[in-house]
Amino acid sequence: MLRFIIRRMIQMVGVVVVLSLLVFLWLRSLPGGTVSAILGEKATPERRAALEKALGLDQPIYVQYWQFAKRALHGDFGASTKVLPGTDAFDLFMQRFPATIELSIVAIILAVGLGIPLGYMAARRHNSLFDNGSIVASLVGVAVPVFFLAFLLKYYFAIKLHWLPVSGRQSAGLGATHTTGFFVLDGLLTREYDAAWDAIKHLILPSLALATIPFAVIFRITRASVLEVLDEDYVRTAESKGLTSRVIRGRHVLHNALLPVVTTIGLQTGGLLVGAILTERVFNFGGIGDTVAQAFEQRDYGVLQVCILMAAITFVVVNLLVDIAYAVIDPRVRTR
Amino acid sequence: MDNPLNPNRKKQRIDDLAATAGTGGGAGSVAVADLTVGDAGHIAESTGVSLIASAWSRLRRDPVFLLGAFITLAFVLLAIFSPLIAPHDPTAGLLLKEVRPQTNPIPGARPGYPFGADSSGRDIFSRLIVGSRQTLIVGVMATLFGFIGGLTLGTLAGAIGGWVDSVVMRVVDVMLSIPSLLLAFSVAAIAARPSQWTVIVAIATVQVPIFARLLRGSMLAQRGSDHVLAARALGVKPSAIVFRHMLPNSLSPVIVQATLVVASAIIDAAALSFLGLGNPDDRQPEWGQMLGKAQQYIYDHPALAIWPALCIIVVALGFTLMGESLREALDPKSRR
Amino acid sequence: MTSMSASPSTHPSVHPGAGEPLLSVRDLRVTFQRQGQEPFEAVQGVSFDVRPGQTVGLVGESGCGKSVTSLAIMGLLPKHGNHVSGTVDYEGTNLLTLSDQEMRDKRGKDIAMVFQDPLSSLNPVVPIGIQVTEVLERHRGLSRKAATPVARDLLDRVGIPDPDRRLKDYPHQLSGGMRQRALIAIALACKPRLLIADEPTTALDVTIQAQILALLKELVQDTGTALVMITHDLGVIAGLCDEVNVLYGGRIVERGERHELFAQPRHPYTHGLLASIPRLDAPRGQRLQPIPGSVSDNLPWTHACAFAPRCSQPIEVCTQVMPELEEQHGRALRCHNPVEGHR
Repeated sequence: MLRFIIRRMIQMVGVVVVLSLLVFLWLRSLPGGTVSAILGEKATPERRAALEKALGLDQPIYVQYWQFAKRALHGDFGASTKVLPGTDAFDLFMQRFPATIELSIVAIILAVGLGIPLGYMAARRHNSLFDNGSIVASLVGVAVPVFFLAFLLKYYFAIKLHWLPVSGRQSAGLGATHTTGFFVLDGLLTREYDAAWDAIKHLILPSLALATIPFAVIFRITRASVLEVLDEDYVRTAESKGLTSRVIRGRHVLHNALLPVVTTIGLQTGGLLVGAILTERVFNFGGIGDTVAQAFEQRDYGVLQVCILMAAITFVVVNLLVDIAYAVIDPRVRTR
Repeated sequence: MDNPLNPNRKKQRIDDLAATAGTGGGAGSVAVADLTVGDAGHIAESTGVSLIASAWSRLRRDPVFLLGAFITLAFVLLAIFSPLIAPHDPTAGLLLKEVRPQTNPIPGARPGYPFGADSSGRDIFSRLIVGSRQTLIVGVMATLFGFIGGLTLGTLAGAIGGWVDSVVMRVVDVMLSIPSLLLAFSVAAIAARPSQWTVIVAIATVQVPIFARLLRGSMLAQRGSDHVLAARALGVKPSAIVFRHMLPNSLSPVIVQATLVVASAIIDAAALSFLGLGNPDDRQPEWGQMLGKAQQYIYDHPALAIWPALCIIVVALGFTLMGESLREALDPKSRR
Repeated sequence: MTSMSASPSTHPSVHPGAGEPLLSVRDLRVTFQRQGQEPFEAVQGVSFDVRPGQTVGLVGESGCGKSVTSLAIMGLLPKHGNHVSGTVDYEGTNLLTLSDQEMRDKRGKDIAMVFQDPLSSLNPVVPIGIQVTEVLERHRGLSRKAATPVARDLLDRVGIPDPDRRLKDYPHQLSGGMRQRALIAIALACKPRLLIADEPTTALDVTIQAQILALLKELVQDTGTALVMITHDLGVIAGLCDEVNVLYGGRIVERGERHELFAQPRHPYTHGLLASIPRLDAPRGQRLQPIPGSVSDNLPWTHACAFAPRCSQPIEVCTQVMPELEEQHGRALRCHNPVEGHR
């Protein structure tokens, strides 16, 4: 088990190295080259020359990459030019990351909490009206552009009905204390329960929009997986033992059926990061997604390189954790 | 089940797809009674129906496939004949006189203009009809480019093998670890002058690693299969084995994937426009672009977004329904 | 209860002094009905008895309905898409009329089953120990803790070495033979009175097959468990069964006591099955005689003998009238033109 984890971590380092190379090449191929990318198109010639020298752009490309990697290792990605001019890009990322984590966690809880039970129910009632209806619903869910769904939710529940806040993470003027950056957690820790509740209300619509696609995917994988497991010989063996349906369902069907679902949940975190870009933009949520969206619109490449690199690393790390979780529940991996 | 050499599960999923020509989507769903009838049901099976013939005989009776195929066909016909169908010139500012930038920027619906006009006074209904053509071009071209890229990389890796295979697949794996749309956004950002083609290339890039892995995995799975071994034993030339025996048999997962990719390409194009990375030239309308640009007026004139969004949802649903039922029909596991 | 409805003429012969049947199957029919397809009757009126402690074989090639028969007895056919009729009397209770819950109480406790493929029949993510104890917990009301030493003894009893360690192992860590032993331990955990074994050795190596058969034989003799042995392999029957039922196309075509049946097969199908087995004592140079054709050549039983197209000695009536199962001196035969003389 330990060897498994260590081997996976070494591979992860390899992935990150190649990834940093890709980001480096990407940065160099941006319109106007690296200098314009970092300073913007309208920088003075003196500043351009200074930066060119500082970046060592006169040097061979592998030296340049080495310099880039060394700075990246120290968290030095330059400063933001447009989103929050002058702020260190990495600091900006760290400051806004908790918002996205908070949103993603709520979304994934919604997706998993609804997707698995409904997927199981659909499989048990295979070919019923409920089964076919929810399959169609999940296919429609995947066909709806995420940002359009976010717009619809915002338009009806916030703008028309005034049930929920229109945008942001917390109402201004609450004077909430922030320590961790996770506003709901902050509210609970500081016993400012009204602030926590306010943060939760701000989370509802964006997390619903963000959860749609992972929910649809998890629902369908669970359904397909349960259907497959129900056909397995060991379920028939369990039935031949006269076990109660509760034991058969939990120990024999769900335990096996959830293995591919666990993998899928890991994969969906990548979708969440992308979905967050679009959803947060609609709700001006102020997390990484919002930041990336602004950075793309305003071409703030210093911020973008941090965000892309970190998003990919987050994705890889989450999938490492998921693989470890997988090994815990699947003895065939664990005891190899 | 788990292969520790895969740092990432997305690949695992693609490989599974490659190996089985279809996973999930109710793969095991049909087989409920196979175990018992399989024992007794050789009478019908033994006539030796080919995979494609049996798939077709199932698809013909599958309402899901028929609905998907109907939507897709209607969409393609609309795209071909749109200039003949559209009541107005989609580029002419026919209602420009009605546009009041300060008070009422969007002329409403009126006789002859069922959905009103946009902020340049152009008929939305005509733009939707004509937009089907660009939408189809984006969807199909992005899929085609992605497929060609994937085919080149996958065959290269599979045919040459050795270090080329390792390097190509390493890069492919890292590309897969970047959340898909984030990759598309990054590629789109490289373009100095965004256009329809940069959008297509950006979306296609995301598909390249998926197709590459799919093809390579499928070919690897076949390399050890009996019919390829038999061909090799008979002294068939390696190139003939690749092109005559391996590629055709790899096609069914590729066809399924391609159908699904068209749907996501159309949705992704909208997301790119939403972030300002789409085609800024709106003389040739495209639904994603119309939806992306509608955000400016969305709270006062939601109809501006709802119509293109509906078009996208219906068409994406059509391709998805078709792809999913194809997947199920071509999956040997679920053959009846 | 409809157990008395079966006509006396279809009753199999009663062995003198063998006592009341433990299991009595009468006119069992199983029809599969799938959307858009012709209904298919996999089992077409099968009747046989199993007496306490007796070992009864159901023999036939794949597609003859033997596995469907066993699943119907166990109530394990899929809930939808099939229709079961006839009676399955177990100690006077028709199992086919029991509710789902009542059947659950019987399965694993009174009637147990061993399946063909030991790897796929064991849950891959649950330790062997729990797969044994769960059935003890369910039917004998033991706690997990109390059931564990019982499970250990069971594994020991079926010849699994180092049972303490094996309790914690997962199926993939065991060899094929060990897995089948574990499945047998699970099936016998609650000392059932009837055990149904569906091709228990087919998926195993030949050397292991013999071990498992010897184990099954020993266990049923020790515990007095009745055994229904389902197989396509006459070698398995020869070493194990008291009475043999030969199935073809969903019907019993011949039944008899083991020695009699082997010594003098009357049905051409049985004869053919025996002739297609390689024999060491056969004269050198004598060729094996396979049965030509396959199940797909069958005629419908309704107005012919299903086996006629593959038969070595068909007569005209074989393709026109269905032969009835006729009882004579403890033998039953369904044939218009039986094989004469000793083999």
